Amino acid sequence: MARRYESWGRYPDVVQRSVVASSRFDPFPSPVDDKSALPFGNGRSYGDCCLNDRGAVIDTQRLDQFIAFDSNRGILRCESGVLLRDILALSVSRGWFLPVTPGTQLVTVGGAVANDVHGKNHHRAGTFGCHVRCFELLRSDGERRECSRDENSELFNATVAGLGLTGLITWVELQLKPIATAMVDVESLKFSSLAEFFHVSDASDVRWEYTVAWVDALAPSTAIGRGLFLRGNHASEAEPAAHAARKTRQRMRIALDVPGFVLNHYAMRVFNSTYYHRQRRKVARSQSDYVPFFYPLDVVGDWNRLYGKRGFFQFQCVVPRADGERVIGEILRRVRAAHDGSFLSVLKVFGEQASPGMLSFPRPGVTLALDVPNHGEDTLRLLRELDALVCEAKGAIYPAKDATMSPESFRTYYPAWEEFTKHMDPACSSTFWRRVMGRGSTTADA
Amino acid sequence: MRKVVIIGATSAIARETARLFAAAGDQLLLVARDPQRLGALCDDLIVRGAKAAHSCVLDVNALERHTALVQSTTESLGEIDVLLVAHGTLPDQRGCEASVDETLGELTTNFTSVVSLLTVFAKQFEAQGSGVIAVLSSVAGDRGRQSNYVYGAAKGGVSVFMQGLRNRLAPLGVTVTTIKPGFVDTPMTRDFDKGPLWVGPDVVARGIVKALESNKDVVYLPWFWRWIMLVIRLIPERVFKRMKL
Repeated sequence: MARRYESWGRYPDVVQRSVVASSRFDPFPSPVDDKSALPFGNGRSYGDCCLNDRGAVIDTQRLDQFIAFDSNRGILRCESGVLLRDILALSVSRGWFLPVTPGTQLVTVGGAVANDVHGKNHHRAGTFGCHVRCFELLRSDGERRECSRDENSELFNATVAGLGLTGLITWVELQLKPIATAMVDVESLKFSSLAEFFHVSDASDVRWEYTVAWVDALAPSTAIGRGLFLRGNHASEAEPAAHAARKTRQRMRIALDVPGFVLNHYAMRVFNSTYYHRQRRKVARSQSDYVPFFYPLDVVGDWNRLYGKRGFFQFQCVVPRADGERVIGEILRRVRAAHDGSFLSVLKVFGEQASPGMLSFPRPGVTLALDVPNHGEDTLRLLRELDALVCEAKGAIYPAKDATMSPESFRTYYPAWEEFTKHMDPACSSTFWRRVMGRGSTTADA
Repeated sequence: MRKVVIIGATSAIARETARLFAAAGDQLLLVARDPQRLGALCDDLIVRGAKAAHSCVLDVNALERHTALVQSTTESLGEIDVLLVAHGTLPDQRGCEASVDETLGELTTNFTSVVSLLTVFAKQFEAQGSGVIAVLSSVAGDRGRQSNYVYGAAKGGVSVFMQGLRNRLAPLGVTVTTIKPGFVDTPMTRDFDKGPLWVGPDVVARGIVKALESNKDVVYLPWFWRWIMLVIRLIPERVFKRMKL
């Protein structure tokens, strides 16, 4: 298929060229006309960090080969365009799992490093970058640098969470984690307020490797903060009934842009309310295959098209725990008041483990992620308000999901940015980077 | 476990097909021109589960080396279950119109080298009395069109050669499968505007493995090309010659 180089939120619209990285042995794929370049994985980051307006993107889809797998030690080396799905398809049956996985398996390894993605086990395992042993970085001057914590360690730290701006990652070596089965023991608990969420989260994080909560962002104002808390552990033994065939293939696909009025406020409110009330009991237990547990949305191909042509925003922030309940509550109230709420709003308490990445997003505190349909200026105003709230609370916003934070906020959230710029590849740039550097999306430095 | 030989193994369709064989635990011998890419492909296939991945660096246009290739193949694998000939180039039609050398060069790569390989490998299959010989031809070989008739002539020649070979080897228990992909999104077709008829190389690869496993004679991939090409072949020549295709 001719690839559309869009971000997952389908906002903003950009004009950019593409060049293809067709082999890891090839020289740096420089675009013509000295345009700037940005490695592009599978287009699953939401905002503008995977876009390069008026520049070029480097398509890494063909860098999809495995290089070596030590199945005794769980060490995998593969090219940067390999999807997490393909790693799992290979490793799960051999008793290994990704040490950290985001909510979709349709991201590339290179993208997972460049955004330093996190998952439901952040409180135990930190970010994806914490489990990267080494990688090769191809710079536009033709130099190949092998980076690890010991070798070229500063470049390693800049490239993890480096948003593709330090050069092209050609291959990555990962430490996987052992599992006994492909199944996950799951418990789902209802909570009726943010205070209760924190209580359940604290009680769960000790015994459960994976914890996350879905929060009803459209609940009546008296019930704000209600939701379902999900916790899971890799199962040591699969229940006999659980041996059903894995449904790895997507079961449906959104083939058209859904008109904007379909996903209106009322439809979403009904969906959210139904989802909350579907579970009658306070606690529900089950065993689940890893795919539906970790990747519930992957069964709907191109679900981003549900939000229509105008696309949508994701907003994900983290705020310190001390102030968490108040700030998260305030954000939920503002989103609700703006009638811009969201199907899937997610809460999680991050752990203490620091990532090597200079621009890494996760830090101790509580994180909230939600979708906001693009309703133009009103939505932008809401997002600016939320940015201000987060800034005031000394939190941070996640670049992989952002299209609107201000340059001032970025510098506050990521004080290492100045150090980071020393390690950037002079040929690399992105729409995101020009925006947070306050240079708009002009070609001035493209 | 099958023993599979793939020629032009680093091409996009061949690579995807090889991955399916690897996942099934087959033993592979891969032939391609670039040693570095070939080595990387072998590593990939081993990780994906291939029982073994042998490699042989060869430019298919070195016709004089084809006999030796069969020898080293049988030394590595013994009897061959599947031979997949997948190499090819997409000629610049305009360039060919201006240059005899370029035209003949394209015909060597896309036709003569295939004929040479099939001739030497056929002896091996004849002696075995078993196995599948599969070649990637193309829908372009079904009718000559002004936009790519050098390629079409080479692929059409391959398809006719395969018909004859099938006729010869069928009584001996050897299957000869002609594979005719339509539009496939690969590096070879990177500069084309892609429409709804285009598919990825993984789709074609699945079709190839299925065709091999069911001993098909001729297979169009995806299936709808059989009907598209039927219509195209039915257009009378006096009409067709005025069409811009």
